[in-house]
Amino acid sequence: MSDEIGRLPGDPLSLVLEQSLNGLQLGVLLFLMSAGLTLVFGIMNLVNLAHGSLYMVGAYLCAWGYALTQSFLFGLIAGIGGALLVGLIIELGIFRRIYSGDHLDHVLATFGLTLVINDIARFIFGPAALFAKVPDFLGGQTSIFGLFAYPTYRLAIIIVGLLVAAGLSVLLQRTRLGMLIRAAASNRVMAGALGVNVTALYTFVFVLGAALAGLSGLMAGPILSVVPGMGDSVLILAFVVIVIGGLGSVQGAFIAAIMVGVIDTLGRSFLKPIFASFLDRSAADNAAPAVASMLIYILMAAVLFLRPQGLFPPKSR
Amino acid sequence: MKWLKASLFGAAASLALALPANAADKITLGLMTSLSGTQAILGVEIRDGIQLAIDQLGGKVGGLPVKLVIEDDQGKTDVARQLADKFVKSDKVDAAIGFLASNLMLAVYRPLVDAKMITISSNPGPSQIAGKDCSPYFFSTSWQGDNWAEAMGAYLQKKGVQNIYLMAPNYAAGKDVLTGFKRFYKGTIAGETYTPLTQLDFSAELSQIKATNPSAVFAFYPGGLGIQFIKQYAQAGLKDKLTLYTAYSIDQTTLPAIGDDALGMILTTSWAADLDNPTNKKFVQGFQAKYNRLPAPYAVHAYDTIMLLDSAVKAVGGKIEDKPALLAALRNAKIDSPRGEIRLNTNHFPIQTFYQAKVVKGADGKPSIKIEDVALKDYSDAYAAECPMK
Repeated sequence: MSDEIGRLPGDPLSLVLEQSLNGLQLGVLLFLMSAGLTLVFGIMNLVNLAHGSLYMVGAYLCAWGYALTQSFLFGLIAGIGGALLVGLIIELGIFRRIYSGDHLDHVLATFGLTLVINDIARFIFGPAALFAKVPDFLGGQTSIFGLFAYPTYRLAIIIVGLLVAAGLSVLLQRTRLGMLIRAAASNRVMAGALGVNVTALYTFVFVLGAALAGLSGLMAGPILSVVPGMGDSVLILAFVVIVIGGLGSVQGAFIAAIMVGVIDTLGRSFLKPIFASFLDRSAADNAAPAVASMLIYILMAAVLFLRPQGLFPPKSR
Repeated sequence: MKWLKASLFGAAASLALALPANAADKITLGLMTSLSGTQAILGVEIRDGIQLAIDQLGGKVGGLPVKLVIEDDQGKTDVARQLADKFVKSDKVDAAIGFLASNLMLAVYRPLVDAKMITISSNPGPSQIAGKDCSPYFFSTSWQGDNWAEAMGAYLQKKGVQNIYLMAPNYAAGKDVLTGFKRFYKGTIAGETYTPLTQLDFSAELSQIKATNPSAVFAFYPGGLGIQFIKQYAQAGLKDKLTLYTAYSIDQTTLPAIGDDALGMILTTSWAADLDNPTNKKFVQGFQAKYNRLPAPYAVHAYDTIMLLDSAVKAVGGKIEDKPALLAALRNAKIDSPRGEIRLNTNHFPIQTFYQAKVVKGADGKPSIKIEDVALKDYSDAYAAECPMK
């Protein structure tokens, strides 16, 4: 029986490895969500609660496009392109007008936008969840060092996420555009005074963030359920990530996202056996999930207490 | 204060109804369900089931023309309370029907039954209402909340399955379902995991299941959670190795979103489209013709709410102002349900048969639910004995 599943029971090393992969996979999804959020906050000083809607747009349009044409490539283009386009429209139409407002204005406008986009999704696609398919070439499981079988699709998420993170790092650290973005994140008034076209830069950064959120959503679609409001729960975690990482820092968001993903996953898997070693079984059954779901918030509170600017804040603000 | 007011107004309203001056020329029904919010898809099932039944009865219930007041509770307790007041005080409906979430049902239960409002639930069946807090004014055409889990427990006990792993979300209903399961299942349990209600990804728990190496898994994940859990279960490669038994996690509303990953899953139900009886044929064909989709059990319960009222109003010859007679007729009604003929127990909850079913490829190539075996025959619930009504 155990061989069929691919591992001898009670092999702790491969279980830890498998759970770490699970954590890494959650982490990279969170990173793709957080990267745009933290850039938009760091550079435009905009609290964007509608970021989850862009994630939803990506998931919906990819699932819809894939089902329509049976081509995953088309779904991919529809998902990322759709999120990018919606991002462009709301940046030019709405957000550009409210950058100068205070955070309360941002929260009102972007939260309102979330409700509107959720209802548009419900209106077009109905209240039922949309079927989102794993592309055939990513179905099944892949053997990891012969130790255990891991879902190929989740492995693909990890690889895509790490590649995007590397690409972003090159863009930000090695290109002129990245230099301008970092300059604007450090001091946007000064960057503007030195002749950087801040308006165009804002649009670019926002649309980039939207496309990343769309990518995150479309990759999450086949694992989670594609329903109106699906972005809202992920958004909370993404905010936790950017607070831990330091507002405005993509590098911080990456490290914090992986931390949150791994801590959350390992907490969920190993707190119960740890608790069971000194509590009776039913108490452990009850306490472990409660504590496990608090872990990342405890981490956030600790970071806020010890290092209120986050772990890796953008330099010289 | 609100309570007192509600019950005073309610008493006045029912007094007005009791006056024999004008015999009823119509019956007014207040339908409360969730038509927006996260549960809207199930609320729509209930509304559609009720409208189909009224249509099939030619717009009449028990021979009286129907006035249907449809209200959306938005899945919010405060809105539901206001609607209950509205039904009692301003609409002065003859019966409040529908309902979707059990927390909302509990919120409107006292205001309605204390106002002597005939209240018929098409879905929620909290244990309190089935047990010690039962009321002569409350009826259910659906189930007590533990039923499908009890049926699965009974089925696995009958099959002699051992070493099962249990999973549910960490909230009241999650614990109730596993308790209901264990009421009938007496075999060994390999492990028991409660996940936070907001948790979307189950990769860690699925890895844990693989490491525990049980012989089967029983899971309760309602609505969107069920879609996620079952897809991830299949993707993790567990589907072909460990049979997944579920309760309240797969139905006709979520099946299209799960797709082929659902094939082979075992569930319990009180109804499926393939139940062979004339009422079911008429119901399924009518529903598909009117709404162009397959109904879910929620729609069946809603349909039966109207059928229950129809038979009771007929039994009192349309004199719905004679409330004691109407209540007695409701209590003793035989509902001609798509589930087969159903009668009500002393606590006004249905006595019905629960089936074990499997998700198989239907004639159209899409996954569909096929009944395979009887899990619990002519069963009501575990709480009826606590209900003072005899």
